[in-house]
This record gives sequence, structure tokens and C-alpha cells, in this order.
Amino acid sequence: MELILTSLLFLALVTTAVAIALVRRLFAVVMLAGVFSLLSAMLFVLMDAVDVAFTEAAVGAGISSVLMLGTIALTARSEKRPTHYSLVPLSIVILTGLVLIYGTLDMPNFGDPMSPVQTHVGPDYIQRTPTDIDVPNIVTAVLASYRGFDTLGEVTVVFTAGLGVVLLISGLGRRIRRSRREDKAPSKGAKN
Amino acid sequence: MFAFISLLIFICMAVLMVRLFAGPTLYDRVLALNTFGSCTVLLIGAVGFLFGRPDFLDIALLYALINFVGTIAVLKFFRYRRLGDAPEDAEAIMAPPPEEQKQ
Repeated sequence: MELILTSLLFLALVTTAVAIALVRRLFAVVMLAGVFSLLSAMLFVLMDAVDVAFTEAAVGAGISSVLMLGTIALTARSEKRPTHYSLVPLSIVILTGLVLIYGTLDMPNFGDPMSPVQTHVGPDYIQRTPTDIDVPNIVTAVLASYRGFDTLGEVTVVFTAGLGVVLLISGLGRRIRRSRREDKAPSKGAKN
Repeated sequence: MFAFISLLIFICMAVLMVRLFAGPTLYDRVLALNTFGSCTVLLIGAVGFLFGRPDFLDIALLYALINFVGTIAVLKFFRYRRLGDAPEDAEAIMAPPPEEQKQ
């Protein structure tokens, strides 16, 4: 059943990607990109990577579609037809894909208990977390306690980025310019 | 049972993708994306019970929240053409156009 569901989701993913390449109206492309990231989020859930799936849904379907809509409002609503079709980019993409598939051939299978990831430090954390930290979720224990300083740095970076975005889109500069213009306007009128 | 439900939800998603691809107006597509997000929530719930891990239900609830906020953001953007503060002439935009007032 899991295999059928995964295959169907991958089929839908490929269909969405082809549709994104074919559709010329950019608003439809943004909506299809949102569907693309929802589908990938579902695939992540099927692979038990729930936190990655959550990030993908929040960033891919939420924030980035809004940012792309903002770009559409500033530029154009539909994509121009290409004047010529070149085979070079397509062949480069296919070649890169083949090289990446070749690179996965000697990787351990998905969920293999004997892979290096499962046998290196993982069992140690699984054994020590209940006595060290007493948090039922081991991922949370690693992120918030064993790697606490690292997570603090990450949160600082995300906070700074969010602050920058809020300052950019809240129109602070526009408001300052407008208030300066209003300050200048009466003095001009007085001279005339 | 849950497998059958998952397949049905998947068929719904396929139909929604057709509407998303062909949908003539903007609102068809916004509605299709919103419903697609709801289908994602349902599918995560069904898959969680199918594989015996109902803890996924919490994540499905969070997805529902994100879906709602995302749709509101898109629609707000199309109403005001910006995302930050409301424009000065917000009341003028919110007021119905003259043709509608006559009817």
C-alpha cells in the first residue's frame, strides 16, 4: 500500500512539474508550485520525516507563493513565449540527473538498520536520552539540549531574517519619505 | 478501509489538479489550492491511521492552520496589492463599486 501511495504521489509530482513548465499564466504557475510543495510534503510524511514535511509545507506552499505573487504584481502576469528552443539546457539537466542517480547507487537502502547512520552515534543517543534529559522525543532532545547552542544560533539567524523582511515589506521607508515630503510641502507654499 | 479512503482522497486531488491547470479564473485556482491543502490534511490523517501512527494527526492540524493563513495572505494580496500595512485608501477599496450600489 505504501508503495502504491508513494508511486501515485510521485506521478502527481511529475505531472505538476510538467504543468509548471507548460503553463504560461504565471498566477497558475504559483498555485501549481504550491501544490508541488504540498505533494513533496506528503512524500516526506510517508518517509517519516515529519518535521521536514512541516517546513516544506510552511515555506513552500505558504511563504514562497506569497513572495512569488508579490513578484508577479511588480513585473508581468504572463510568461513570454521563448523565441527558440535550445537542446543544450535540457541535455545538461538530464545529464546532471543521471549523475545524481548514479551517485545514489552505492548508498544504503531507505531505512536500512545496518547503514552507517543507524550504527554510528544513533544508538548512543537513544540509550542516553531517557536518563540524561528525560524527553520522550529524541529529535527534540538532540535539537534543544545536545545541540542547544547551535539551535540558538539558528533561531537568531531566522529572527534577523524575519526582522529584515518585516522592515522591507512594511513600507517603513515609504512612510519616512512621505512624512519628509509633507514637511517640505508647506515651506514651498510659503515661499510662493 | 483506510487504504480505500486514501485512494479516494487521491482521486479528489487528481480532479483538483485538473481544475488548477485549466481553471479559467483566478478564484478557481485559489479555491483549488485551498481544497488541495485540505485534501493534504485528510490524506496525512488517513495515512497516519493506515500505518498505525495516529500522532500524525497533530501535524495534520498544523497543516490546516498554515493552509488557512496562506489562503488569507493570497486573497489579502489580491485585494490590496501589498502585504504589509493597509493602504491609506483602504476604506475606498473596501467600499463596493458604484455599479453594485445601484443594484
